[in-house]
Amino acid sequence: MSESVSAAEIAAARPVSSTQGLKEKITVRNLRFYYGDSLALKGIDLPLYDRKVTAFIGPSGCGKSTLLRVLNRMYDLYPGQRAEGEVLLDGNNILAPKQDVNILRSRVGMVFQKPTPFPMSIYDNIAFGIRLYEKVPKSELDDRIESSLRRAAIWDEVKNKLNASGLSLSGGQQQRLCIARTVAIRPEVILLDEPCSALDPISTAKIEELIDELKSDYTIAIVTHNMQQAARVSENTAFMYLGDLVEFGPTSKIFTSPTDSRTQDYITGRFG
Amino acid sequence: MADVALNPSTAEPAAKAVDRASVLRGFRLGDLAFFNLTRGAALLVLVLLGGVIVALIAGALPALQTFGFGFVTSQSWNPVTEKFGALAPIYGTLVTSLIAMLIAVPVGLGIAIFLTELCPPVLRRPIGIAVELLAGIPSIIYGIWGLFVFAPFLQQTLQPFLISVFGNIPILSSVFAGPPYGIGVLTAGLILAIMVLPFITSISRDVFETVPPVLKEAAYGVGCTTWEVVRNVVIPYTRVGVIGGVMLGLGRALGETMAVTFVIGNAHKISASILQPGTTISATIANEFTEAVGDLYTSSLIALGLLLFVITFVVLAFARLMLLRLEKQQGK
Amino acid sequence: MTARVSFAGRKRSNGVMMGLCMAAAVFGLTWLVIILGTLLWEGFSGLSTAVFTENTPPPGSAGGLLNAIVGSLIMTGLGVVIGTPIGILAGTYMAEYGRHSRLSTVVRFINDILLSAPSIVVGLFIYEVMVIQMGHFSAIAGSVALAVIVIPVVVRTTEDMLLLVPNPLREAASALGMPRHFVIRRIAYRAARAGMITGVLLAIARVSGETAPLLFTALNNQFASTNLNGPMASLPVVIFQFALSPYADWQKLAWTGALIITLAVLTLSILARVVAARTQK
Repeated sequence: MSESVSAAEIAAARPVSSTQGLKEKITVRNLRFYYGDSLALKGIDLPLYDRKVTAFIGPSGCGKSTLLRVLNRMYDLYPGQRAEGEVLLDGNNILAPKQDVNILRSRVGMVFQKPTPFPMSIYDNIAFGIRLYEKVPKSELDDRIESSLRRAAIWDEVKNKLNASGLSLSGGQQQRLCIARTVAIRPEVILLDEPCSALDPISTAKIEELIDELKSDYTIAIVTHNMQQAARVSENTAFMYLGDLVEFGPTSKIFTSPTDSRTQDYITGRFG
Repeated sequence: MADVALNPSTAEPAAKAVDRASVLRGFRLGDLAFFNLTRGAALLVLVLLGGVIVALIAGALPALQTFGFGFVTSQSWNPVTEKFGALAPIYGTLVTSLIAMLIAVPVGLGIAIFLTELCPPVLRRPIGIAVELLAGIPSIIYGIWGLFVFAPFLQQTLQPFLISVFGNIPILSSVFAGPPYGIGVLTAGLILAIMVLPFITSISRDVFETVPPVLKEAAYGVGCTTWEVVRNVVIPYTRVGVIGGVMLGLGRALGETMAVTFVIGNAHKISASILQPGTTISATIANEFTEAVGDLYTSSLIALGLLLFVITFVVLAFARLMLLRLEKQQGK
Repeated sequence: MTARVSFAGRKRSNGVMMGLCMAAAVFGLTWLVIILGTLLWEGFSGLSTAVFTENTPPPGSAGGLLNAIVGSLIMTGLGVVIGTPIGILAGTYMAEYGRHSRLSTVVRFINDILLSAPSIVVGLFIYEVMVIQMGHFSAIAGSVALAVIVIPVVVRTTEDMLLLVPNPLREAASALGMPRHFVIRRIAYRAARAGMITGVLLAIARVSGETAPLLFTALNNQFASTNLNGPMASLPVVIFQFALSPYADWQKLAWTGALIITLAVLTLSILARVVAARTQK
C-alpha cells in the first residue's frame, strides 16, 4: 500500500476479471451534460457491472464527478444543470422525466468527498434514512442500525455512544458513518465521490477494505484522484479527460497496457 | 439463472417499490405543499409592503383630494377650521434628522475608526458588544431620558450659552433665538443623534472590517500613519458601504417616533430658531392620532404617514443599493 | 529635507485625527453610560412588589404596572407566534428554493426596507386594515402590528442562517432519497437552528420596546385584561402616557416601566448572542 508501489504493479497483481457475461447494472448511453450552456460530458457510453467496483480516474475537471452525480440525478437540485442521453438502471432510463428522483436515490446511494454527518445523534443519522421509506418496529430498527454500522466497520467504535452527536466523531469515523447510513437504506448501487480525499492514510485503508467487503452486495462506482487507490479497489476503470470517456476496461489492462496515449500519459504521471 | 444466483436482493427492491408507492405520493404532496407554503410566505412579504402603500394611500385620499399639492406646502394645521398642511412637520423632520446626522455621523465614524484601528484588543470586543446592545435599546428609553434629564439640563446649560454667544451675530442670532425652553427642535435632534449613534457606529465598524487586512498592511508597510491608512485605504475602499450605513441611520432618524415625541414640544410652526418647539411627522401622528376627530383630520394624519413612508422608502432603498454594491465589490 | 518636514506634519495630523477618534469614542460612550445610569437609578428607586401586583393607578395615587406587563407579554407573544412562522417560511423560500430567482431578489430588497421602515407607519397600516374594519381598538390588532415588525427580522436571519448550511449536507440528505421538504425541515433547519433562534430572540427584543405601532391599534386599558378583542395596556404605551403626565406617581412608574423593558431587551439580546456564539464553536 506504500506510495512507492506503482498503480500498474498493483493492478497487475490483481486477478484478471473478464467482463464477458456480466450483468450491466447501469448502462450509460451517449450521455451529454450541461452546466448552463457549457458542455461538461460529451457523449459518454459506459457499463457499470453488477457487484463490481468501477473506478473513475482523470485530471480534475474531466467530468468524473459530474458523471457520478448524473447516476443519482443529484444535479436535479441545481437549476441550469441538465443531462441528455440515456442512463439505464436495470433497463429503465432514470433520466426520463417520470422517474421519481427520491426513489432513484434510495436505490443509488452516494457518499461524498467530505464526511456529511447530519446534525443529530449517531443512531438518528442512520435511523433517519430507514424511517423515510419503511415503518420498522423499534427492535428491528435497532438491528438494522447495528448491522449497518457493522457493515461499515464502525460498530465497535460507536456502540457505546449511539446517542452522541454524529459530529463528535473523527473524520474517518464520520465517513464510515455516512457509508453505514447509505448501506442502511439497502441501495443497489453505491456512488463514492472521492471518499478518502479528506482522510488520513489509516482511515483510507479502512474505507478501502470496506469497499472490498461491500462489493459482494452492491454495485460500486468510485471517483478517485488517487491511482493506486483505483488500482487497489476496482475491477474496471474508466479514464476520463475533458468531458470524454477516453478508455474503459479491466483495471489491470488500463494500468498495464492502455491503448490510448492519453491514458498512458496520465497513469504514468506525465500530466494531471 | 446467473441472475438469480448473483442477485438475491433483486426481489427486494421490487417489493419495496410497491410498498413505497404510497410513501412517495406522500413525499410528492409534502414537497408541493411545503414549496407553496414558503413561496406564499415570501409573496406575503411583498403583499405586506403593497398593503402598507395601498392602505396609506386609501386613508390619505380624502386629505390629498381636499388640499391637493397644497398639503405639502401649507404650514397651517388647524383642526378647528379643518385646514391641514404638512410643511411644519416635514420641516421639523428634516431639521431634526439633519442635526442628528451632523453629530452622529462624524462621532459614529470616529468611534468605528477607534474600534477597528486604535482600540486595544482587550477592549475591542466589550466596547463593540456594548455598542451593539445599545443599538437595540428601545427608542422610548431615549425619549423618557430626554424629557426628564436631558431637556432640563440643556435648558440650564447649553441653551443659555448658545443664546448669549450667538446673540449678537446676524443670522445665527435668529437660529439660536431664546428663550431656552429645554424641549425643542435642537433637543430632539440631539436625542436622535444619541439614539442613532450606536447604530451608525456598529454598521460602519462592520463595513470597515470588510477591508482586507492585506491592503492595510501594504499601506502600513510603505510607512503610512494610522490616519493615512484610514483616509487613503479604509475610507475609499468602504465609501459605498459607509454611505449606505449613514443612509440607514438617516432612515431611522427620519422615521423615529418616540425619542422625538417626548422632547420636540409638538408645535405646528416653523421657527427660525432651533431652540423653539416644533414637530415632526411621526411626533404629530403619535400625539394626535387617537384624539383626532373628523375624517379629514384623521385622513390628514394618515397622509403625513404616507409622506413619511415615501421619504424613508427612498432613503432606505438608496441605502440598500449602496450596501449591495459593497457586497458585490467584495464578491469580486 | 522636505520629506523630513512633511513627516512631522504627517505625524501631527495623525495625532490630531486619532485624538479626535478617541475623543469621539469617549464622548459617545459617555452619553450612553449616563442614559443607562439614570435609568437604573430612577427605575430601581421605584421598583417594588406593587409594580408587579397592582394595576396602573388613576392619577395621583400609587399603583403598579401589572396590566401593562401582562398586556406586553400577551401581545409580544402573540405577535411573535404570528410573525415567526411566516418569517421562517419566507426566509426558507429565499434560501432553499428560489436562491437566485427574481422573486427572491425582490423580496430580499423589500424585506430589507421593511426591516427599517418607521414602525409608526405599521401602526397606521394596521389601524386602516384592522381597527377600522373591526370598529374598535383591540389587542389582536396590536399583536398583528407587532407581527408585521417581527416578520422582516426573522426573514433576514432565517435566510442568512440557511445560506450558511453547507450544500453537501443537503446533497447527502437528498442522496438518501429524502424529499426536499424533509431535507429542509429535518436537516437544514436543524443545522441552522441556533442562528434561527437568535433571530427570533432579536425579533422579540425588537418588538418588546415598540410603542408607535401599539398607540392606535391596541390603545391602552386601565385594567388587566386578557380579552384579545378589546383594548389592552402595554408597557411602552403606559410609559408614553405616564411620562408625559404631570403626576409624580405616574412619572415614577414610567421610569420603572422603562427599566423593566430595558432589562428585558438587554437580557434577550445577550441571550441571542450566547446562542449565536455557541454555534460558532
